Amino acid sequence: MGDLFTLPVLIGILYSGIRLATPYLYAAIGETFVQRSGVLNLGVEGMMLMGAYVGFLVGMKTGNLWLGLGAAALTGLLMGVFMAVISVTLQAQQGISGIGLHLFGLGLSSLLFKMTLGGVESIRGFAPIKIPLLGDLPIIGEAMFNHSLLVYGAFLLVPVSNFILNRTTFGLKVRAVGQNPQAADSVGVNVTWIRYITLMIGGALSGIAGASLSIALINLFQENMTNGMGFIAVALVYFGGWRPYGVLVGALIFSFVNAFQLWIQVKGINLPSDIAVMLPYILTIVALAFSVQRAKQPTALTKPFERGEA
Amino acid sequence: MKSKFVWIGLVLMLAAVFSACAPAAPQTVEVTRIVEGTPVVQVVEVTAAPVKEEAKVFRVAIVMPSSITDAAFSQSMYEGLKVIQAEMGGESMMEIAYSEGMFNVPDAAAALRDYASQGYDLVIAHGSQYGTSLQQVAPDFPETSFAWGTSLDTFQKDGIENVFAYQAEAQEGGYVLGVLAALMSQSGVLGVCGPVEAGDAKLYVDGFKAGALATKPDVKVAVTYTGSFSDVSLMAAAAETHMAAGADFLTGSSQSVVGAIGVAKDKKGYWLGTQWDQTSLAPEAVMASQVYDWTGVIKDMIESRQAGVLGGKAYTLTFKNGGLVIKYNDKIEVPADVKAAVDAAIDGIQKGEIDPLAVQ
Repeated sequence: MGDLFTLPVLIGILYSGIRLATPYLYAAIGETFVQRSGVLNLGVEGMMLMGAYVGFLVGMKTGNLWLGLGAAALTGLLMGVFMAVISVTLQAQQGISGIGLHLFGLGLSSLLFKMTLGGVESIRGFAPIKIPLLGDLPIIGEAMFNHSLLVYGAFLLVPVSNFILNRTTFGLKVRAVGQNPQAADSVGVNVTWIRYITLMIGGALSGIAGASLSIALINLFQENMTNGMGFIAVALVYFGGWRPYGVLVGALIFSFVNAFQLWIQVKGINLPSDIAVMLPYILTIVALAFSVQRAKQPTALTKPFERGEA
Repeated sequence: MKSKFVWIGLVLMLAAVFSACAPAAPQTVEVTRIVEGTPVVQVVEVTAAPVKEEAKVFRVAIVMPSSITDAAFSQSMYEGLKVIQAEMGGESMMEIAYSEGMFNVPDAAAALRDYASQGYDLVIAHGSQYGTSLQQVAPDFPETSFAWGTSLDTFQKDGIENVFAYQAEAQEGGYVLGVLAALMSQSGVLGVCGPVEAGDAKLYVDGFKAGALATKPDVKVAVTYTGSFSDVSLMAAAAETHMAAGADFLTGSSQSVVGAIGVAKDKKGYWLGTQWDQTSLAPEAVMASQVYDWTGVIKDMIESRQAGVLGGKAYTLTFKNGGLVIKYNDKIEVPADVKAAVDAAIDGIQKGEIDPLAVQ
């Protein structure tokens, strides 16, 4: 057990944990915007898969990774509009329409993959970039400051989204729409339009989350490669109390413990692999149980808005 | 007014149908008959239609937990079916229907029942998780042959006679690849990226460990399991962890290994594959693969059914019966003496002298 808590292991956990957390951060922060405005989008997984596929295809065919990233964001955005039409305009049951969007994204990405690519192949994705001064720091340098741009972007997104949500007029409107859409409507905020925008933001970020897998971290596309990440991202929004920094804490706990349990297995510590695999989930639940500050759920979450209805 | 046109249209349609059904001009043939003692030649109308000896197309359906392009479990069986289809004479002689991505067991059970009720001759449940479902579906269709893998249980003890079972003795190839890795590794550390600790994945991992340790007792073999057959992201993290711990040879099983192969390639390590030839995924990193060749099993199932045996046989893939093959990547050089050691291991397993699962 002794050689588990050594420096190389620590560096390894930091490195792997940061990489694992990246897609969760993009998707969960996007979903934070959505849920703060009162909409529950369970289709994040489908958006991630379509984003992963489109990002990979465009990146491979054009040779331009930024085009691929843009295409992935656009795909996610369009799926967000689709979700908005169904859930906001047509006022369908949001949980169910979200699941439908997931299955749609899963099926379409698999079909298009078979038609256009046929087999798993790899791409030269976003390469790791060392940040000049910070990357030379002794231990944390190689673990934290030697990642691709998309990884840095995910972490930068946290303070940026926190700023937008809490310090801008737009963020105020989003929060108002999620807490009390009738009141917001009465002072002239267009509830429907705000929800469309947050779903577009959430969709674009989910698309980028998928692309971060296919053109930066794993550098390939395989059918159903996200394997439930989108649903964990939605859970992280609840865990984080609908706050970007809370989401960051949740994503980091989950990812670091996941990286840690792999080291436990590699070091041959006598713990059944099934329990090791469970650790991230158990510890996240324990952390949730112990978090005293329980932020309140947006009051209007999952409730469609009908003008004039109480 | 509109309904009048509808009626006229219907009548015209019926007239067209009936005219097409009009009997062809009657065929006649000369027949000699004895009438009151003397032979008389008469012209007789032929009323019976000649019986055409038509070859029946063999219909196979398969339900798989992952995609046919997964470069692993599902693809190996699907490609095997395609080979047999070509041997039998193409799509007109053998029809293959498949349902992939059936990781949801109730969905798979519904698919199995569907295929059986549509009259398919052989319905393959390609996944050990489908066992219970098959146990319920098979008795309802006693004329249909079913197949279940990976497993050796044909449910005969339950009185079910129409289920074949098949398994790959993955530990044989695992042992041999373990020998290869132990001999070729520069760092003396090997990393195994396992998916779920069950089925042919566990057999492969155990065999690999045994083979490596039997060849070089001081080699370090680290094993991780991600708990999923499809978590590519965690499999990549497992590979990163192994390589950070000093491994230069990685191996593993399931379709999610594509993530691990990418990491091996990026960090200049080597990969040993199983279930399918994984060379194309990373030609600079994949040294060799254990390939499952299901064609012998499929052929025997078809022939057994055509001979009237609808099930009850259990098959395994081994080196001895040619169901397991080691395929090297030509682009990576392996010294001749290492290949000789590998061949000796294969030979030993075939002769029964080496037990790939012997505990070290």
